[in-house]
Amino acid sequence: MFPAAFDYIRAHSAEEALAALAQHGAEARILAGGQSLIPAMRLRLARPAVLVDLGGVKDLGYLREEGGDLRVGAMTRDVTLERDANVRARYSLLTDTGAVIADPVVRCLGTVVGSLCHGDPSGDWGAAALASRAVMVARSASGERLIPIDEFLVDSFQTSLEEGELAVEVRFPTPDGRTHGSYQKIERKVGDYATAAAAVQITLGDDGRVTHAGVALTAAGPRPVRVDAAEKLLLGQLLTEDVIRAASEEARIVSDPFADTRGSVEYKKDMARVLVARGLRASAARLGTGVTA
Amino acid sequence: MSIETDATNNAGPQTLTMGKGMKRKEDPRFLTGNGNYVDDMRLPGMLYMAIVHSPYPHANIKGIDKAAALAVPGVKAVITGEDLVAASLAWLPTFHGFDKQMVLAVGKVLFQHQEVAAVFAETREAARDAAELVDVDYEPLDPVISPFDSMKDEVILRDDREDKTNHIYHWDSGDRDGTQAALDDSEVVVTERIYAPRCHPAPLEPCGCVAQFDAMGRLHFWVTSQAPHVYRTAISLVTGIPEDKIRVISPDIGGGFGNKVPVYPGYVCAIVGALILKTPVKWIETRTENLTTTGFARDYHMDVTIGAKKDGTVTALKVKTVADHGAFDAAADPSKYPAGMFGVVTGSYQFPVAFAELDAYFTNKAPGGVAYRCSFRVTEASYAIERGMDILAQKLTMDPAELRRKNFVRKDQFPYDSALGFTYDSGDYEGTMDKALNQIGYAELRREQAEKRARGEYMGIGISTFTEVVGAGPSKHFDILGIKMFDSAEIRIHPTGTGIIRTGTKSQGQGHETTWAQIVAEELGLDPQNLLVEEGDTDTAPYGLGTYASRSTPVAGAALALAARRVREKARKVAAHLLEAAAEDIEWVDHKFQVMGAPSRSVTMKEVAFAAYTNPGEGNEPGLEASLYYDPPNMTFPHGAYIAVVDVDAETGEVKVRRFLAIDDCGTVINPMIVEGQVHGGLTEGFAIAFMQEIPYDEQGNNMAPNFMEYLIPTSVEAPVWETGSTVTPSPHHPIGAKGVGESPNVGSPAAFVNAVMDALAPLGVTHIDMPLTREKVWRAIRDAQAAAASD
Ligand SMILES: Cc1cc2nc3c(=O)[nH]c(=O)nc-3n(C[C@H](O)[C@H](O)[C@H](O)COP(=O)(O)OP(=O)(O)OC[C@H]3O[C@@H](n4cnc5c(N)ncnc54)[C@H](O)[C@@H]3O)c2cc1C
Repeated sequence: MFPAAFDYIRAHSAEEALAALAQHGAEARILAGGQSLIPAMRLRLARPAVLVDLGGVKDLGYLREEGGDLRVGAMTRDVTLERDANVRARYSLLTDTGAVIADPVVRCLGTVVGSLCHGDPSGDWGAAALASRAVMVARSASGERLIPIDEFLVDSFQTSLEEGELAVEVRFPTPDGRTHGSYQKIERKVGDYATAAAAVQITLGDDGRVTHAGVALTAAGPRPVRVDAAEKLLLGQLLTEDVIRAASEEARIVSDPFADTRGSVEYKKDMARVLVARGLRASAARLGTGVTA
Repeated sequence: MSIETDATNNAGPQTLTMGKGMKRKEDPRFLTGNGNYVDDMRLPGMLYMAIVHSPYPHANIKGIDKAAALAVPGVKAVITGEDLVAASLAWLPTFHGFDKQMVLAVGKVLFQHQEVAAVFAETREAARDAAELVDVDYEPLDPVISPFDSMKDEVILRDDREDKTNHIYHWDSGDRDGTQAALDDSEVVVTERIYAPRCHPAPLEPCGCVAQFDAMGRLHFWVTSQAPHVYRTAISLVTGIPEDKIRVISPDIGGGFGNKVPVYPGYVCAIVGALILKTPVKWIETRTENLTTTGFARDYHMDVTIGAKKDGTVTALKVKTVADHGAFDAAADPSKYPAGMFGVVTGSYQFPVAFAELDAYFTNKAPGGVAYRCSFRVTEASYAIERGMDILAQKLTMDPAELRRKNFVRKDQFPYDSALGFTYDSGDYEGTMDKALNQIGYAELRREQAEKRARGEYMGIGISTFTEVVGAGPSKHFDILGIKMFDSAEIRIHPTGTGIIRTGTKSQGQGHETTWAQIVAEELGLDPQNLLVEEGDTDTAPYGLGTYASRSTPVAGAALALAARRVREKARKVAAHLLEAAAEDIEWVDHKFQVMGAPSRSVTMKEVAFAAYTNPGEGNEPGLEASLYYDPPNMTFPHGAYIAVVDVDAETGEVKVRRFLAIDDCGTVINPMIVEGQVHGGLTEGFAIAFMQEIPYDEQGNNMAPNFMEYLIPTSVEAPVWETGSTVTPSPHHPIGAKGVGESPNVGSPAAFVNAVMDALAPLGVTHIDMPLTREKVWRAIRDAQAAAASD
């Protein structure tokens, strides 16, 4: 399997990358970790005329907390989050997500921002970003803009990035001590995309009632799906088994997957329900509140 | 000598290397990335070939325009089916002998991804680019995907054939009327349609070749072949090139599993390209080409019916199979065995009467039906009977182990004539099963299961006590293209007591370089580290039928042991000369020659070897070598008892294989480490087949698993931890008592997994789910059963 011919530009800074994008317009594609783009090129499903490689842009490879957010640079690989003690201790949703993406080899190369830019409704970072209310930072010749993740993820393999724009960072709000989450995924084997998956993040008030809820689904529609109804239903509630059941049923209803070799619509919808329930139970356990029946 | 000794192995007679886990001699080369595969071949002026594949499963070809492809820089030629017709090379005989196969499509395409044209170019990339530009004008036709539709003969797929039917052949074995009568009289009868899904051997290295004609017009053909000599003869028969003008070389092979037995269209195209372009041609498949065009396995729909008495004694077995062979009958079975060794379907049990029949049909799917790590349809047969026995146990509410015990062929009944005509050589089915039951703690597991069931949890225990038939085969029954299925060995001992061993088989990862050296070392008292094993070059290796069907140790291994004994007989005469005694007075004791009754007067084989070249003694032939062709008197019948323990998540349908124990009996064990490795690999494949692997086609005839994103290969994360063990019941007719083991785990394990899941779901009344047991299928079975229970 050999890609069609292409030109290759190795950028050494975001500015160089932007210049290359400006020069080649729609012909050009950014290459980050290459774990989605290169397989697609090898199968000749993608045929960019020019690749602009961010591999040499060292100063986009960072992970730091600033301004109440975890800031993840465009060249920060999945594995960096996976190995970061602070992320592991406090960002349970991101930690769970990072552990089930592809396999360790892919995670050493693939980037969080690249995955979000890819816009694959089966990509795991999308739902995790929705549930944690992430914000994308896009840069162009005219400057930077912040794009809330709900606006960033437009459709299958389509984001709100404009031609000539580069995603430089994604920001995940830093959870306070009363916030935890969970990512639950069913996959046929390691390295497979989700048959169904759910991202959940919950903040509890002092009275044990939900003050913030993030619930989102992977592979459940043309783009990662926020389960609004479940989030609304959870607000102000104690995490009882009844509440969990009701919220997870909303996930089943809103899930709109397509049938493929991974499963039927009916199965995937039901798994959305099962996984949201499991995610809520796991979050509750992490928050130290046993679920009451 | 650097033979590794195993201090714990002090049972039985003293051996040099036999039964010891000597490290594999070939591994340093592989582990350091220095294997030499077909794709490593680079010849001056070599061109690359790429194949154009059909996007349609069934279509007329109205025309092919090569112009755009030929215009790509570096492209040298494009050939199509019509070009091959002109050279009388458009069709290829299949090994099976019932059919022929298109090399490049002529007139129409019959399966998605079928080979339509071949492009030759200076680089791989140019060949690919040009392949995309070959403009084929297709007129799509409705595809016939199911053999149950195909059998209606509403659309005749193969208008090239004289018989205007999609039916390829009928095969049967056993007593049709007697079986029906016995079933009619049986107190209990169970019947189930059991599907062995279409799967693919998917060797890590795909198929490929390099074809070169030398200045003298001789063809040198490097190819990923499990049977290089058969290829040489087949190429000669197809192309008309005299066989002496063909040299086939199988270098290191990265896994075969039956996929590298058939001759594929790409090979013929590469040879044609090398001939017309007068320069070497390389063709290496892509993963998708391997999965979509080369030999698949299984695809048997089996109606299994078992009769029994109320106490569980089986009375009769009937199996009626519909086989889907795809567009061409390219199954690589021995000529007289269109359904392979399916007759072993009576398994380990005493069926007084049995009948098996099979009808094979064409469909618009890829051709094949290869023996994927099994001795020709043995996996299908073993799966059918082991599944069937569990369905019977469930019906009788009998413990599946006890049902098996009641019906086993007993140890004292061997040689045993099965109802379908095999003579089982030896076995101890009950002993092997008991060892497995004890080792896994069967009674305790059943107690745990009862507790879990009371709590509404789904835990299952699955048993498979399979019998295989391997080592094809005796010449009176077995041939491929008329060539009898013997195998051969040649041993040359050098003056310094080292040597070279050649056989007609071809390792693809099985470890022949080690095992063969161990056999010869044991027979001759030499160091296995200094016995070089060479296979795969038809110019040097003796003629043999190759490695598949677990035949290497039963056939070539026997040839080796007997050839070594021939060497020993020659050596005895030289030893007699050295010891100044009569040859009749020389005995072979403790791996050296000694004068009978005078143990102090002895010589080693090493000393004899030197003398064979320097001082052979008057009247003795100098040198020390022998070759031997071995025609096995019977097949060998390895067996095993496998037990799987699973937990099923009723909410998601997920199955966790908590434990898996495999007790194998492959007769004499040559190298237990290699045997264990083979068992681990085969079990992992069996696990994949049971839970995740299938080549499904949608209704439009699209192949739905054309790459490893869809055709799933389990990793160490998914695969259970394998527990293994063995019992040893030597084959009475094999010179060293060995039976072959490479395939047992693939043959025996699928039923153990499925039986375990069905055992877990038994309280719900679920009797059978077809493989692969995906989460959804398990989930659906549970949900449907619960819904049915609720509506009662
Ligand atoms: C075997 C395998 C299994 C996988 N399994 C999973 C899985 O289970 N779950 C999962 O979520 N993913 C999976 N992936 C995908 C993997 O996570 C990818 O790494 C990820 O989706 C893309 O990240 P990347 O850095 O490799 O992006 P690339 O492949 O380099 O790029 C992806 C796309 O995003 C664009 N892009 C990248 N960065 C930017 C940027 N900064 N600005 C603008 N556009 C940009 C590119 O132009 C391209 O179109 C798998 C991949 C493989 C090979």
